[in-house]
Amino acid sequence: MKVAVIDYNAGNTRSVYYALQRLGVDAIFTEKIPEIELADKVIFPGVGEASSTMQYLKDSGLSKVIPSLTQPVLGICLGMQLMCKWSEENDTDCLGIFDLNVQKFLPEQGEKVPHMGWNKCYDVKGELFRGSIEGNYTYFVHSYYVPVCQFTSARCDYIHPFSAAMQRDNFFATQFHPEKSGLVGAEILQNFLKI
Amino acid sequence: MLAKRIIPCLDVMNGRTVKGINFEQLRDAGDPVELGKLYSDAGADELVFLDITATKEKRKTLAALADRVAHHLNIPFTIGGGIASLEDVDALLDHGADKVSINSSAVRDPELIDRLSKKFGSQCIVVAIDAREMDGEWRVHVAGGTIPTDRELFSWAREAQERGAGEILFTSMDHDGTKNGFALKALKLMSGSLSIPIIASGGAGSINDFVDVFTIAEADAGLAASIFHFQEISIPELKSELKQKGIPIR
Repeated sequence: MKVAVIDYNAGNTRSVYYALQRLGVDAIFTEKIPEIELADKVIFPGVGEASSTMQYLKDSGLSKVIPSLTQPVLGICLGMQLMCKWSEENDTDCLGIFDLNVQKFLPEQGEKVPHMGWNKCYDVKGELFRGSIEGNYTYFVHSYYVPVCQFTSARCDYIHPFSAAMQRDNFFATQFHPEKSGLVGAEILQNFLKI
Repeated sequence: MLAKRIIPCLDVMNGRTVKGINFEQLRDAGDPVELGKLYSDAGADELVFLDITATKEKRKTLAALADRVAHHLNIPFTIGGGIASLEDVDALLDHGADKVSINSSAVRDPELIDRLSKKFGSQCIVVAIDAREMDGEWRVHVAGGTIPTDRELFSWAREAQERGAGEILFTSMDHDGTKNGFALKALKLMSGSLSIPIIASGGAGSINDFVDVFTIAEADAGLAASIFHFQEISIPELKSELKQKGIPIR
């Protein structure tokens, strides 16, 4: 099985590559469009800022390629947010795979922003969560969020309920970092590889 | 509910883990990656690697360490020590670090925080502050706590937040190494005045100190080194007791 991790201008793409390696998968770490199109599975990771990352995706042609992929695609954190239509982070037009707007968390009742650390996932459904993820902790670090919607496949509660994971057809996405979420995260990545 | 985090800190010098008592006497506690894996398996929520030689020796990059840690561990980690430029941060994040912490370099050039958070996002920029109480005022120190500055702790922490820091790692030099508990009063003040998470550091000696830092001081994370390195407190035992007190813990 060929797994491509999209190597774009965002921090922390290597962690995903290593997480796959720990699962016995030697992924390709690439920004080459043919390699991405031919992979069996594509992971779109990333931590960073929305507008500069979208600019990079546009310049490299990846912004056209990613929405047209037909194999299972997993967006992680910023990857998930960029799969939406628009982000409040520097008023950025994104890829539009999920017809949703990404909003900024406003600090409330003593709750801090970024939402940083381990939080629980509820109402989990879909192929990504075949194990016992319900009520388990995964690792989040983000200041922007996607509201709960028809695509939500796991919910997390912080300031507001928000989408911890989403799915539409072959597109999967997690706001949390499975590659940093210990054994629970490894199980989720394993599930994605089995789709 | 967001869990409170337990963070072992691994001070690294010449590739080995050490912990200074009040930043002076150093004791050896092993290979940082091996020790980090041990903590991760024991339930640590996050790790901090601080290269304590870096500021003094101007060592620029810890990329090789970041790479080894990212390779072997599946929890988040922060790397700090002598980080002073966009290029330093880029190399560390590119090698798998989740966050970087900056300390002296941010005091010298506060706009560094703006530049880093704009380029990489606030969430990966931790501003570490070492401070000690002098004549009733918390004074920020730089260069591994050796040089006092004119800056006052709380105003500097607020400025760091406004410039785009994603988190504050506050070490009370007065408490560090004493095992008499965290700087609860200062931490509580800071927690009330900031909207970003605070990692409390310096003074952890018992399980009760962690209870206090989460309940009284309302810190988001508790960091400690020697009590974990020398197995005075086991992480599973610590976490299970915190849970029993009703504190949200993974």
